Amino acid sequence: MTVAVRVEQLRKRYGHLRAVDGVSFEVAEGEIFGLLGPNGSGKTTTLECLQGLRHPDGGVLEVFGCDARTDPRGVRRLVGSQLQESALPDRIKVWEALRLFSTIDGNGQGWEGLLDEWGLSERRNAAFGDLSGGQRQRLFVALALVAEPRLVVLDEMTTGLDPAARRVAWDLVAAIRDRGATVLLVTHFMDEAARLCDRMAVLRSGQVVACGTQDQLLAAAQLRSVVRFTATAPADLGFLDHLDGVDEVIRAPQAPVIVSGQGPVLARVAHALVARGLEPADLRVELPGLEDAYLALTEDVEPTDADRR
Amino acid sequence: MRAVPGLAWLEIKLFLREPLTAVFVLVLPLVVLYVLNGVFGSQPDPSVWDGHSPVDFYTSAYVALVLATIGVLSLPVHLAGYREQGVLRRFQASSLQTSTLLGAHLLVAVVIGAAAALTLTGVSILGYDATTPHDILGVLGAFLLVSVAFASLGTLLGFTLPSARAAQGLGVLLFFVFLMLGGAGPPRELLPSAMLRLSDLTPLTYAARLLRAPWLGEAWDLTATTVMVGLLLTSTTLTTWRLRAG
Ligand SMILES: Nc1ncnc2c1ncn2[C@@H]1O[C@H](COP(=O)(O)OP(=O)(O)O)[C@@H](O)[C@H]1O
Ligand SMILES: [Mg+2]
Repeated sequence: MTVAVRVEQLRKRYGHLRAVDGVSFEVAEGEIFGLLGPNGSGKTTTLECLQGLRHPDGGVLEVFGCDARTDPRGVRRLVGSQLQESALPDRIKVWEALRLFSTIDGNGQGWEGLLDEWGLSERRNAAFGDLSGGQRQRLFVALALVAEPRLVVLDEMTTGLDPAARRVAWDLVAAIRDRGATVLLVTHFMDEAARLCDRMAVLRSGQVVACGTQDQLLAAAQLRSVVRFTATAPADLGFLDHLDGVDEVIRAPQAPVIVSGQGPVLARVAHALVARGLEPADLRVELPGLEDAYLALTEDVEPTDADRR
Repeated sequence: MRAVPGLAWLEIKLFLREPLTAVFVLVLPLVVLYVLNGVFGSQPDPSVWDGHSPVDFYTSAYVALVLATIGVLSLPVHLAGYREQGVLRRFQASSLQTSTLLGAHLLVAVVIGAAAALTLTGVSILGYDATTPHDILGVLGAFLLVSVAFASLGTLLGFTLPSARAAQGLGVLLFFVFLMLGGAGPPRELLPSAMLRLSDLTPLTYAARLLRAPWLGEAWDLTATTVMVGLLLTSTTLTTWRLRAG
């Protein structure tokens, strides 16, 4: 496995605020890796340090073995990026921007193809200032790809897009990976992360609180699954209390039985029921999703900025 | 550095698409030339303008004024705006070096300055019978020095001022100070002594003198050269320092 990105113990302060406080993660070549976390948790700062746009206070930052701290230009040659807070001159035309960045970053060729690919052909003569939000995002992504970078960094590329445009953007990200590039993606949307990311890291107050695949994050969040079914005689179900992993059983008259717990609760409940000759037709499980895991990982005592000084 | 010509060409196109700046730099000096010629006529008056005819005196002053305007107004507003909007970030995230970006802007400042200077000179000579430059190479050298010195001051301001609005405020203020005190407005000989001292502190005074000497076939002005070279070196050093710290 080739390591595309290595971040180790990254630290960055703004004055007294520890914006990034010991962040570590690795991205393998060909992965789509997500950085998740609430506003202000340090995602953008991490990406900016990685691209040599900010000087970190400490830590290791490498892109395909190239050190971002000693050789930021080398890193920029490997990375194509869509930054969260960036813009183009209002009066630059779409084709001019693509051609300019293709001469800066690449060999000045291939940009015409990107116009078609990103649905910008009809707007090729439009000024940047006249583009819609979605068109701007597409142009930025096209600019990020113009030099065929090995790593593509996207910072909240779908924020501000309508749901239909977001779906289109997702397909495009998948397409970037299919060309062989590695993608490092910041997002607020858990459906987006669940759909796109192979692995992800969750940041809170400048620290990684969990890192791994979606399943690993779910496990780390230690969420309970909930099993429901209707029983003719709820009073006889005392054995459920003693099953492994079950935390709570609610048996109210005239209502479904609710069993909640961690681990393979559904299998255990089903097994116990069947063993006793009970086969409820409406046995159902509600599994926690990535959104629940994310909220659980980031919610408890969200520190204020004052705590990070 | 490969990107300099492409970037410079694009910036020139962007400049021309920005009607207000283009008017300020290219048209306003012509209007001032027209008005002041109406006021002062074309007769030399031995008591003012060092004894030169007004149009000969003012043409070099206006060329200097235009170059200074590009430097203290257009360039800082443009660069501070780039910083503010995140255009600069976008460029920095590419493999473009900031020095390349600055090189391109310097080139653009010189090209636009040359276009404005040629227009002004042409109109002065054809329309108002101004003297053609005596020492063309000297005028060219003076033009380059003045243009680059003010452009590097503009770069410094653009990277230092907090916003495009601040840059605009300072730029317009400096424009009027230059216009009134730098020799492009009322003749120096008529300024009260306090104003005269201020005039001696205005870089435009020296820029105009530097251009005027070869233009009218006088001895090369060493004081003015020193001031302009000083401005260039100071601005460049401070800009480099600012970028390193940034
Ligand atoms: N240039 C800056 N100066 C001072 N504080 C900053 C600056 N940029 C970001 N911050 C602060 O650092 C923290 C992390 O910001 P950021 O990395 O942008 O977070 P995210 O991208 O996760 O929303 C926030 O509290 C933010 O206010
Ligand atoms: Mg951010």
